[in-house]
Amino acid sequence: MIPLFTVIPLGTAFIVALIGRFVKWLSDIFATLANLVLVVLSFFLLVKLQSTPNNVITYKVGGWIPPFGILLVVDYLSVMMLLTVNIVALCSTVFSISYMERYTDKWKYYSLFMLMLAGMNGVIITGDIFNMYVFLEIAAIASYALVSFGCESEELEASFKYLVLGSVASSLILLSIALVYSYISSLNFADIAKVLENLPKERTYIIKFVIMLMIVGFGLKAALVPFHSWLPDAHPSAPAPISAMLSGVLIKTLGIYALVRLLFNVFGIQQNMLKILVLLGILSMIVGVILALYQWDYKRLLAYHSISQVGYIILGIGLGTPLGILGGIFHLINHSLFKSLLFLTSGATEYTLSTRDLRLMGGLKQKMPYTTFCALVGSMSISGIPPFNGFWSKFIIILACIQINNIFAAIIAAVVSLLTLSSFTKVMKYGFYTEPQNNTAQIQIKEVPVYMVISMLILSVLCIIAGILVLPQIRTLFLDKVVFVLQKGTEYGNIVFSNL
Amino acid sequence: MAGYIPYILCLILFLVGLYAILVKKNLIKIIIGLGIIDYSLNLFFVLVGYKKGSGFPILTKGETVHPMVDPLPQALVLTAIVIGLAVTMLMIAIAIRLYEKYGTFDITQIRKLKG
Repeated sequence: MIPLFTVIPLGTAFIVALIGRFVKWLSDIFATLANLVLVVLSFFLLVKLQSTPNNVITYKVGGWIPPFGILLVVDYLSVMMLLTVNIVALCSTVFSISYMERYTDKWKYYSLFMLMLAGMNGVIITGDIFNMYVFLEIAAIASYALVSFGCESEELEASFKYLVLGSVASSLILLSIALVYSYISSLNFADIAKVLENLPKERTYIIKFVIMLMIVGFGLKAALVPFHSWLPDAHPSAPAPISAMLSGVLIKTLGIYALVRLLFNVFGIQQNMLKILVLLGILSMIVGVILALYQWDYKRLLAYHSISQVGYIILGIGLGTPLGILGGIFHLINHSLFKSLLFLTSGATEYTLSTRDLRLMGGLKQKMPYTTFCALVGSMSISGIPPFNGFWSKFIIILACIQINNIFAAIIAAVVSLLTLSSFTKVMKYGFYTEPQNNTAQIQIKEVPVYMVISMLILSVLCIIAGILVLPQIRTLFLDKVVFVLQKGTEYGNIVFSNL
Repeated sequence: MAGYIPYILCLILFLVGLYAILVKKNLIKIIIGLGIIDYSLNLFFVLVGYKKGSGFPILTKGETVHPMVDPLPQALVLTAIVIGLAVTMLMIAIAIRLYEKYGTFDITQIRKLKG
């Protein structure tokens, strides 16, 4: 059942590419159905995982025994990522049905979209380091093409920038894979973890070098400061549903998930190396939010906030304590939900007003009530206002900082949250609540089509109710088990091998 | 020492590619730089599996077992080459489109994005 997560989107991509040209309406239905099936499958996997021993499901590709063949591994961390990615992808697909009418060749868009989804799902389920590289490249190449989908000059420019930096990142990741293979002669996650555990500590200096290469490579993919320069160009240039996918899940899957899985479960990172992650997280938080403050382009502002919020996630996970990891993981889920929601609302306003400049928007409260409501929910979530989900995860991260006496990080996290609030107050005031700026253009605007409203409302509801995941009873069912996967560290190898 | 020379040459090739990406102003030269980085990494991967004085990793009938090079890096390099091909093609396609829009390959003149 595990391979279906890549087989379904890949198959849909090729079917849509083959027949989408001739039967226009089919690509919408195919893409939505495939996404719906993937969401259902992720929930099914979550239920199935609870009844399996050790909470690990494995699948041997082609029946080859690991470490010789490729092994697909699903544990709680993977299931969490699968759920997040596929839910956001479903909402983006539903949104695209109406939104992408503005572009020609919708079927090409769906084909690339499904390829990107296949790549992301593949990165999440794989248990093999080179296989992960291949899936990472599938997702990355599809996203490069999607950023330049409109073929305007700005989009092409942003895409080229993204391509160059993304290729350098992939090269560094490939170099680190070559070093790992030359040192350990294995590509299997579990096998690498087991071999490394038995090596004497003083012989692992090359692993330190590999970890540094990976932090740079995956940091480029995750757009951590100082590797962030491509993100504020690339994410706003893409069509809105793709911005939602890129900011919502792509940087997390390709950057954070891959990095965290490798560092914690495969290489068994030590506390002193984790300090680098904390430093990168704090830097990203500050730089991202300060650069966001003076932006007037709605989507560019959101893109800068992505950098800042990814900083929170990395800070939380980098603390290394159970509470910190819980906060980081929970903020990862929340950020996927509210950032994709905000990007979808930016798409909705762009759809009706054809502008992204906040100074030219305004007066949308009466004309577009649903979009305004969704933007309000997203803004309150991202700025951490209780009881929305963003509050709980930021609160846990700040608590975790105080718990290990890192008061500096706690203060920074609180201040960045306030700056985020001020930034989004600006968005809501100028974008939605003020009087219309130029009355002539404002008269004929009306609410966006129903598919766009539905997808935004689904994400808003999820933003409001995701806070219940931290309630003690529900937390032990799901989030605590995700944290447990990371806490076990290189035990991962033994657990996977005992579950073949 | 002599055993290290291929690795050092590999590193120099990598740095040449990096230099092209960082310094050159022409889109096409940047693409070539990325290609050079790809080649240096592929070379490194093949070198990892190479053992001096060993044959190709195929055992024919009636032959005794002889030292072989590691075949797995070669398989991985094939995959990496295909990925590199896809990236290069996409990059060239975008460069052509950029030339149509801006009329130049000079990156100092391709800057509509700012902020």
